[in-house]
Amino acid sequence: MTPGEDKTIPETRRETRDESREPNSSVPPSALGARPSTVLTAPALTVRHLSVFFGGNQALKNTSLDIAARAVTAIIGPSGCGKSTFLRALNRMHELTPEARVEGEIRLFGEDIYARNVESVTVRRRIGMVFQKSNPFPTMSVVENVTVGLRLNGVHNRKLLAERTELSLRMAALWDEVKDRLHAPAISLSGGQQQRLCIARALAVQPEVLLMDEPASALDPLATAKIEDLILELKKDYTIVIVTHNMQQAARMSDYTAFFYLGELVEFGPTAKIFTSPSQKRTEDYVTGRFG
Amino acid sequence: MTAPNHRWRNFKNAVVQTLTFACAILVVTPLVLVFYHLISQGFSSINWAFFTRLPKPVGEAGGGMANAIVGTFILLGQAALFGVPVGVLGGVFLSEYGSSRLNWWIRFAADVLNGVPSITWGMVVYALMVVPMRGFSALAGGVVLGMMMIPLVMRTTEEVLQLVPGGYREAALALGIAQWRAIVQIVMRTALKGIVTGVLLALARVAGETAPLLFTALGNLGWAHKLNEPLAAMPLQIYIYGLSPYDDWHRQAWAGALVLLVLVLAINIGVRFLTRDRFQKQS
Repeated sequence: MTPGEDKTIPETRRETRDESREPNSSVPPSALGARPSTVLTAPALTVRHLSVFFGGNQALKNTSLDIAARAVTAIIGPSGCGKSTFLRALNRMHELTPEARVEGEIRLFGEDIYARNVESVTVRRRIGMVFQKSNPFPTMSVVENVTVGLRLNGVHNRKLLAERTELSLRMAALWDEVKDRLHAPAISLSGGQQQRLCIARALAVQPEVLLMDEPASALDPLATAKIEDLILELKKDYTIVIVTHNMQQAARMSDYTAFFYLGELVEFGPTAKIFTSPSQKRTEDYVTGRFG
Repeated sequence: MTAPNHRWRNFKNAVVQTLTFACAILVVTPLVLVFYHLISQGFSSINWAFFTRLPKPVGEAGGGMANAIVGTFILLGQAALFGVPVGVLGGVFLSEYGSSRLNWWIRFAADVLNGVPSITWGMVVYALMVVPMRGFSALAGGVVLGMMMIPLVMRTTEEVLQLVPGGYREAALALGIAQWRAIVQIVMRTALKGIVTGVLLALARVAGETAPLLFTALGNLGWAHKLNEPLAAMPLQIYIYGLSPYDDWHRQAWAGALVLLVLVLAINIGVRFLTRDRFQKQS
């Protein structure tokens, strides 16, 4: 990356945090791939000149921005503006779409995640994702869903799995609700619980970054509030990037906000600034509800 | 002035409705006829000896089809052993890996193979296995039935895997799970009942095949002790008995046909139960 480029964000406020991330301490590093030592003043993700094409259609145009570590970055914009396209580029999900092509550079704590010798599997272990539609695996119980990422990556230590199950479910604020029915089918939970289960499942492999694609858009207000509380809690340990349609949600929860329109990053900065004194007319029109 | 028009229209409607209903009934009639015939002709010959005894020479009373019944299960077992892995993995390729262009050709080939007359399969395996091995064999019979199962199993596997929502694949990959593991332990597990259904239906399809077995397993009036010996099978025994001029053998053929039909029916009913359960779970 080249320092001093436009749209870089100010230093994060979390430089005093030490490096030992509690939830990680019990994990053998070999189980999840080596992690680089992270310098917390640096952004978690640096995105440079990112473009995404679907066939001949360019869905995301030359986007550069920095995602602060241990903060919530909200991605807002009207439907079809490239929000989800941007998010999915961050953990190489576009590779599942044969006609998709990604250009530009994304670095996770300095490491190029699209480098030829980096496998997408490794990237996705470090950058987890929660989807709009909750998708717990229907053939699995609650506990199997939480541990599936570990088990299918070769972790079979029962004690570790049990610890991680409780920890992940607690972090996802779901433990108290499901601790007595851990072996019930995951699809027997309510919609909001299923989404928190998906968050617990993503947390169980202990990623460094959590991408969330409108995680609360299919939930009722009460369940949405729970997810929002949870996200604010999670940012103590995780870097969170959240796509949302809900402007109030972005304003309430995020530290930084990026506004996309027609595949372009229009404006990016601290949330307070985006919502109170945006420098672009289009941003102002959108956040004040004049269009979108 | 619209009245006659109206009447004419109603008349046409009634004609079409009656015609389609008659055709629908016609579809079901053969099953009823077949069952009626088989039960009236064959049921009296079904007894304990039928399931436990070997065929008796002409003129001697009694005897059964034990060897043919066991033979059919041996053939189906071999066919499954050979056809299911290839068919299922081929279906996985079509659904999860292949490019659309290559898949088009593979699907086309599978559909052509599904339409190949069964006697052609028999001749191919006769040339490929029976001639080089210098003899009819149980093994060749299993192989030919397995080959016939492959395109069937492949297409149904592909179809049920396509029914698994893409969100599960994405969720699995987003957890950093390797693609093959996600396919085997999440996608295939979700579609397991559908895959089993496809396999059972393919088995039911080949269970009654006769022509390919004439060229491969040949038939046997006694027990086969090795896979390189000719093997008895129910369709073969029915064929031999049915064509014979003896009343005793005719009765045995009717009974054999009844047992075979019940076997196929049982598989189909089993499939109904499986699929019913699957839809209940998903809804």
